[in-house]
Amino acid sequence: MRQTEHLVHKYLRSSKRFPHIWCAGCGIGIFMQALIRVIDQNEYSKDDIVLISGIGCSGRLPVYVDFNTLHTTHGRALTFATGIKLANPRLKVITVMGDGDAVAIGGNHFIHAARRNVEIASFVLNNSVYGMTGGQSSPTTPYGVITASAPYGNLEPDFDICRLAEAAGAVFVARATVYHTQLLDRLIDKALKKKGAAVVEVVSQCTTYAGHFLKLKSPVDMMKWQKNNSVTVEKAKQQSEAELEGKIVIGVLVDRERPSYHEQYQSLLAEKSKI
Amino acid sequence: MTKREGLEVSIAVADAAMLSDVDVVSAYPITPQTHIVEHLAELVANGELKAAYIPVESEHSAMSACLGASAIGARTFTATASQGLELMHEVLYVASAMRFPIVMAVANRALSAPISIWGDHSDVMATRDVGWIQIFVENGQEAVDNVICAFRMGEDKRVLLPVMIHLDGFVLTHVIEPIELPDKKDVDRFLPPFKYPLPLDPEKPVTMGAFGQPFIYTEVKWAQEINLEKSKDVILEVWQEFGKAFGRQYSPIEQYQTDGAKVLLLTMGSYSETAMVAVDKMRNDGKEVGLLKLRLWRPFPYEELRESIKSAEILIVLDRAISFGGPGGPVCSEVKAALYGGEKQPKVVGFVGGLGGRDITMSGFEEMINRGIEIARTGSKREFEIYGVRE
Repeated sequence: MRQTEHLVHKYLRSSKRFPHIWCAGCGIGIFMQALIRVIDQNEYSKDDIVLISGIGCSGRLPVYVDFNTLHTTHGRALTFATGIKLANPRLKVITVMGDGDAVAIGGNHFIHAARRNVEIASFVLNNSVYGMTGGQSSPTTPYGVITASAPYGNLEPDFDICRLAEAAGAVFVARATVYHTQLLDRLIDKALKKKGAAVVEVVSQCTTYAGHFLKLKSPVDMMKWQKNNSVTVEKAKQQSEAELEGKIVIGVLVDRERPSYHEQYQSLLAEKSKI
Repeated sequence: MTKREGLEVSIAVADAAMLSDVDVVSAYPITPQTHIVEHLAELVANGELKAAYIPVESEHSAMSACLGASAIGARTFTATASQGLELMHEVLYVASAMRFPIVMAVANRALSAPISIWGDHSDVMATRDVGWIQIFVENGQEAVDNVICAFRMGEDKRVLLPVMIHLDGFVLTHVIEPIELPDKKDVDRFLPPFKYPLPLDPEKPVTMGAFGQPFIYTEVKWAQEINLEKSKDVILEVWQEFGKAFGRQYSPIEQYQTDGAKVLLLTMGSYSETAMVAVDKMRNDGKEVGLLKLRLWRPFPYEELRESIKSAEILIVLDRAISFGGPGGPVCSEVKAALYGGEKQPKVVGFVGGLGGRDITMSGFEEMINRGIEIARTGSKREFEIYGVRE
């Protein structure tokens, strides 16, 4: 453990930006540590990484880490990221978004970044709620759950972020929870190395709001819930739709090849400049 | 007889919308506005308010949904702040041009970047020209009263315009103040049911917002301008009626301790309350200082402003927003424009202050007024100064 502490501190802007604003028991820190771990294992240079976020609890993540970072407007992380990748394809471009950020206000950008297949590793921290503003329903709030904006239960069905990414054309789509940290590391690693639009949904816990709504009292309860409700992709293949109702299917859901946008763009430029 | 009770201002604003019998609320969460629409969600869900509540995926959609609701003749309310207001921007123009009397509470907050959730007026000033009636309130009671008034102003057939009620984020939205919520019966008497003259109706089809060719666009815009200008008469009438019915009187510019004041300070929103205390103190110290509280921002009250500065030699204007690369604060530059060419003009001194939640205390106002007097006498190297900035 001692080594892990050292590792994280190598990448944190701890002298300037701490204490952080996340609630005790929040899952974002677990993800942040996993991301740092994978970046360190791959020996990426800090200067080659650009970390971009929108607005919300997840939006704070780039503030705390020592890469090139951009904290943008609500829902627009992917638009900034697209510009960065096209302007300087050498950079490893990573976005961190929340569920409200990625598939509500930024939903349009989410599907089009996947469709264009821009080489961006996107991590959607899905805690099923708007945490920063006080626990309103988000597009991933389960049907029927009581929230601050749905005091008698949410009437809207929830989005499946991974199926949305798959249908829109992302070449790598995966899901983990912050409980399954080893799997999370592997999926982050794959996403960072994928040549194209990679989306990893990271099921996380909002202990302050969603935990209360979901009747899971403590962060531990919420993580146990993640543990007990997760089914690996391999096992899920053996199960019926009824058996999978309410389960979190974790693992690699899509891994396919398609030329990325900037590769095509670069080759077009090279070809035309020869004439 | 109603009584005053301690209420969070956001909750009271939502209650005021309920008392006004809104039909449709559509909103997206954003700090520091969220409590307003959250409470409305609760009132709708528990049956106290018979209205449709539409949670949407962005502020752009929130305002668009309000537009649709208003087009069929529904009484429509929403609330937002800061980035949310900016995201609505293009739809705000459509709302006023299509003459939809939507009422929106804006919990004034700074704009990114850097990200700030705290109060100033940058968000409002960026929507200055969108063609809405815009009213600033200085406390919770004013917020409640003006939400109710806003429906009657906007829905008047001589007006038919959307109205923004500006209340400072956190300093007003999140405090508990003694507030008197009017009786439902009295509000019903004051605010008649909404009847939009030409709603969308399959039986009597109409076209809204169609293409405006060059031969007609200018005339449409001119009509819109005349209409907003003329709305002031109705605004004054509504405030007067409200005063008669509820005993609280509002005006476009409220004068405080202005008798014989050679020096006037002009403020907007919640800062006016602190400024009043500062003015009281300076009066006690024998200084001839007074305060103008600008409540009606659009349509701009030219006559009232000219009238209220008649005896002043120095007018100090505090802006809570910067017009970058321009003359400093938008309010100050409008005040200057309004007074230009008049027979007797005070020296106008502009300050920008209170950005992104920076406090201005009572002694801060005193310091600002004294500095303003100094600038008026000896001049400044700049068009405007920023109060309390560290260089």
